[in-house]
Amino acid sequence: MSSGEFISPDLMPAMPELILACGAMALLMLGVFRGDQSTRLVTLLSVGLMIVAGGFVLAQGDARVETFSGSFVVDAFSHYAKILILLGSSVILLMARDYQRRENMERFEFPVLVLLATLGMLMMVSANDLIALYMGLELQSLALYVIAAFKRDSERSTEAGLKYFVLGALASGILLYGASLIYGFAGTTNFTALASLMGAAETSIGLIFGLVFLAAGLAFKISAVPFHMWTPDVYEGAPTPVTALFASAPKVAAMALFIRVLMGPMPGLSGEWQQIIVFLSIASMVLGAVAAIGQSNIKRLMAYSSIGHMGFALVGLAAGTPEGIQGVLIYMAIYVAMNFGVFGCILAMRDKQGMLENINDLAGLGRTNPMMALALALLMFSLAGIPPLAGFFAKFYVFLAAIQAGLYALAVIGVLASVVGAFYYLRIIKIMYFDAPADAIEAPMSGELRLVVGASALFTLFFFLYPAPILSVAEHAATALF
Amino acid sequence: MEIGLSHYLTVAAILFTIGVLGIFVNRKNIIVILMSVELMLLSVNINLVAFSVFLSDLTGQIFALFVLTVAAAEAAIGLAILVVYFRNRGSIAVEDIHMMKG
Repeated sequence: MSSGEFISPDLMPAMPELILACGAMALLMLGVFRGDQSTRLVTLLSVGLMIVAGGFVLAQGDARVETFSGSFVVDAFSHYAKILILLGSSVILLMARDYQRRENMERFEFPVLVLLATLGMLMMVSANDLIALYMGLELQSLALYVIAAFKRDSERSTEAGLKYFVLGALASGILLYGASLIYGFAGTTNFTALASLMGAAETSIGLIFGLVFLAAGLAFKISAVPFHMWTPDVYEGAPTPVTALFASAPKVAAMALFIRVLMGPMPGLSGEWQQIIVFLSIASMVLGAVAAIGQSNIKRLMAYSSIGHMGFALVGLAAGTPEGIQGVLIYMAIYVAMNFGVFGCILAMRDKQGMLENINDLAGLGRTNPMMALALALLMFSLAGIPPLAGFFAKFYVFLAAIQAGLYALAVIGVLASVVGAFYYLRIIKIMYFDAPADAIEAPMSGELRLVVGASALFTLFFFLYPAPILSVAEHAATALF
Repeated sequence: MEIGLSHYLTVAAILFTIGVLGIFVNRKNIIVILMSVELMLLSVNINLVAFSVFLSDLTGQIFALFVLTVAAAEAAIGLAILVVYFRNRGSIAVEDIHMMKG
């Protein structure tokens, strides 16, 4: 470290991030010079960049490689999360195009900001150092604050952006305070060094404090109870494609970061953090199930649904075994796939005046638009966890891991919460098929939306026939951490 | 009296607590919240620099520089969102932020 000569770091492991970073700059310049009529081009080029970055991720070998003096790590786990994040962001960008055209939101900054947020997420997933963790997290958060307030003439959107900013900045501050305590009491910020340190010595109270603060900050980002306050308001106020983004890629990134922080440097402290995760998990599952019942706005309902689903995913992390981590990874993949479909349907909810967000606007959809109703019903059954749809298997793997790890109470509470939660998913199906039609939704879905909703519904329906590829990839990714 | 590590940590902890309280207790306006956020980040910097000197390790000071940079970006974005919000609502009072509830 203290030697005078400069050794240039190996850039190959960070190639996807470098591509996104340079590409975002180039697209920003393109947008600045060509103006807002270049939005379509910038969007398509952004998606192209993400595909190229995904290609580089796939081309990297499975071996664990560290670079930048060990602060950046690439392994099978990061590959899995990165592919999921890139998929999430690029699909959302495509889904947003129709909405942007109709709502006069066609500005080239949107794809550029999504690109920068994605870059931050990739850095989070690959962070192997507290500084790298913080930089990735902030890059992601700062870009997301702006796109939450992207509809700048809308009171609700700007209010959502403001709330997200204030609470997100608070979360970053808490996380940072924890990071400073960990640095002070361990003397290093590197995860690998931390791991060897914590395995050996007795842990000081300062380290435990640091860990609690760090976990609180990360729980904020995955919107686990009791740090969920921002979620319903931000989901409701933000423009719908932005809500769809919030529910997919950033959740994957934050969950992956959470897993890496707890499994990488902290396995020696598993007794301490397991209690925290069990508490977060139970609280999120129960609140997600109960609070969603009274909602009439579908975006708000999806916010509580996402809180509940994060609780279910945390069940696997609480187990802390390779099976548990595998369960979380499978859960995130299936959750992202279901979200695409649900938000595709929400994006198609519009009449001549504009977007509809009330659940009652779906009344009679089974007769007026049977295909969309069928897809949405399938996705709702899957979110509720009814076999043999994909959502059931997502829950199955995490609960199985929890039982194998001896967390019986957690698994039982989880199953009960999922039964309660099924009520509000089924209510939407009841409204669609058994209520008198409200002559509301008039929408030929755009081609992109139809493709995404169809693919998502087929995925949830037929996942059980051939789950092997996802299972084996997730298993491979999970074992990379142990 | 010699000023040691624990004094610095105490000051940082007090500042951090004031920052957090400033966000939750404050009922006036959002600028105060932005100032509280800055206070939290600066208290973390005191922590980092104090630890860095105490441990004779440069990492903490590098971390502090990164935090300063990000804090500047964060303040810029926060103020920008605040300006957009003010144009829509004509107010930045905390009690007026209640379009969405439930």
